[in-house]
Amino acid sequence: MKLNLALVQIDTRLGVLNTNLEKHLDYIQQAKGADLIVFPELSLTGYVLQDLVPTVVARPNGDDPTFKPLLQASKKVDLIVGFTEEDARHRFFNSAAYLSKGEVVYVHRKVYLPTYGMFDEGRFWAWGDSIRAFDTRFGRVGLLICEDFWHASPPYLLWLDGAEIFYMISASPGRGISGDTALESARWVEHVNQAYASLFTSFVAQTNRVGFEDGLNFWGGATAYDPNGEEIAKGPYHEEALTLAELDLNELHRTRTRLPVLRDERTALVERELARILREGRTGSNGRD
Amino acid sequence: MAEIDLTINTDLARRILTGFIRREVTRVGLKKAVLGVSGGVDSALSCYLAAQALGPENVLALRLPYKTSSPDSLTHAQLVIDATGVQSKTIDITPMVDPFFAAIPDMDKVRRGNVMARARMITWYDQSAAVNGLVIGTSNKSEILLGYTTLYGDSAAAINPNGDLYKTQLRQLARAVGVPKVIVDKTPSADLWVGQTSEGELGFTYEEVDKLLYLLVDRRYSAKECVEAGFKQDFVDAVIERVRRYHFKRMPPLIAKLSNRTVSYDFLYLRDWGT
Repeated sequence: MKLNLALVQIDTRLGVLNTNLEKHLDYIQQAKGADLIVFPELSLTGYVLQDLVPTVVARPNGDDPTFKPLLQASKKVDLIVGFTEEDARHRFFNSAAYLSKGEVVYVHRKVYLPTYGMFDEGRFWAWGDSIRAFDTRFGRVGLLICEDFWHASPPYLLWLDGAEIFYMISASPGRGISGDTALESARWVEHVNQAYASLFTSFVAQTNRVGFEDGLNFWGGATAYDPNGEEIAKGPYHEEALTLAELDLNELHRTRTRLPVLRDERTALVERELARILREGRTGSNGRD
Repeated sequence: MAEIDLTINTDLARRILTGFIRREVTRVGLKKAVLGVSGGVDSALSCYLAAQALGPENVLALRLPYKTSSPDSLTHAQLVIDATGVQSKTIDITPMVDPFFAAIPDMDKVRRGNVMARARMITWYDQSAAVNGLVIGTSNKSEILLGYTTLYGDSAAAINPNGDLYKTQLRQLARAVGVPKVIVDKTPSADLWVGQTSEGELGFTYEEVDKLLYLLVDRRYSAKECVEAGFKQDFVDAVIERVRRYHFKRMPPLIAKLSNRTVSYDFLYLRDWGT
């Protein structure tokens, strides 16, 4: 089976839902032939929202003015979009929704909110608290948002939960210039996503914002890797683009025949040792649930 | 001394910085930029980047000499204007600042220099209103960190493409975009009085201090680690103190908090809010 992805790397207007929604609908029109269109983190709102967070919320259902046209569009093509979610208790989440056939299939709430250096997400957002794979019409997949995949555990959990395709979406500010042709942040994201594809013998597709917010640049550079860690597609840096990637899902069968690391993964041993490590207080993490 | 490599990929830097200028000017509904072109390498680079980002017809370069300014400054500024094809104006600031100096006698050269820098700032902003453009800054990371700048003078700008480039990196990018060698290689000077040189005033060269600043700021080295890396203790201490002492020049004015929600503290929006 083949899956045709359209990885869309867009610029956004900061805090202007309508304009960003229009851009989504334009790209959905352009992506004819795609089975799934993947938009970046907070694609409907822009990234450094700060005090704009409570003013740009959307609820992923058919009554919501932002989601209504997206759900309508999802009758023809599956969509992943990034948005600000407000729950019934008025907590705000940096979320991403998978839409298909007019339905909300899954919503992932960002689990790791970077709050260090140039990042201040923990100040404005609530922490998501679950990492689950979910079923789509193209198989079982996982969805992570930026800092989620700077940690190794979310991809690992998704792998064990049955994800065969990892969708990684980000709004990654470009940083770390050197003599290299790519920024350090771009090289880091490419390295880890390629590594996840190899380690988990799975497909990894990543898309990232472009444009500027104040002095921050977003570098784009969408990528897709196959279960051997080979690059299938790569978008340009620093410009809006729609990058097509054809995933030959039969490659999972071939790669895992050659390299049965999933079959041999000793999950009970992991559980035992992790329980011991936590009991002994050795992790060096702050132990947030 | 450990090898410290400040090399940047100039194609990548140029792409990001021209994209930055273009996006930040156009997102507020404008298409033009205004900047002072002094004849030095910093403003030359800003001018080249702005011309590339916006088209030379949309950039107004201002030559703003004082009667004691070096003739080389005017000549070199003209080289930049001719090479980039930008619009230009030359406005003598002598009739603006001399009455000020006459009204307040006994000003030392530093105070007089600050007045000149601020007269230039007034002229940039006036011309930006006249042509409906944004003022492009020219300050580099070295002088921003060292506080080697006139507050509300040469530090003033709407956007600054140079502010995260150390002087030595800025020279590298300037060479790559085609700034004439005579400008890239000349001795840095604010040219506020005859014989002034930046490195003479600072007491060290940019080559030396950029490497130290890179370790201290970018790599988060402690003072002890910088000394272990081969820098003299006195030099390290002096630079750290200078960075601390002039931090106020990098900050907006302090607002005294009284209410529940106060600009600067808990009224948090990017400038690009809504654009």
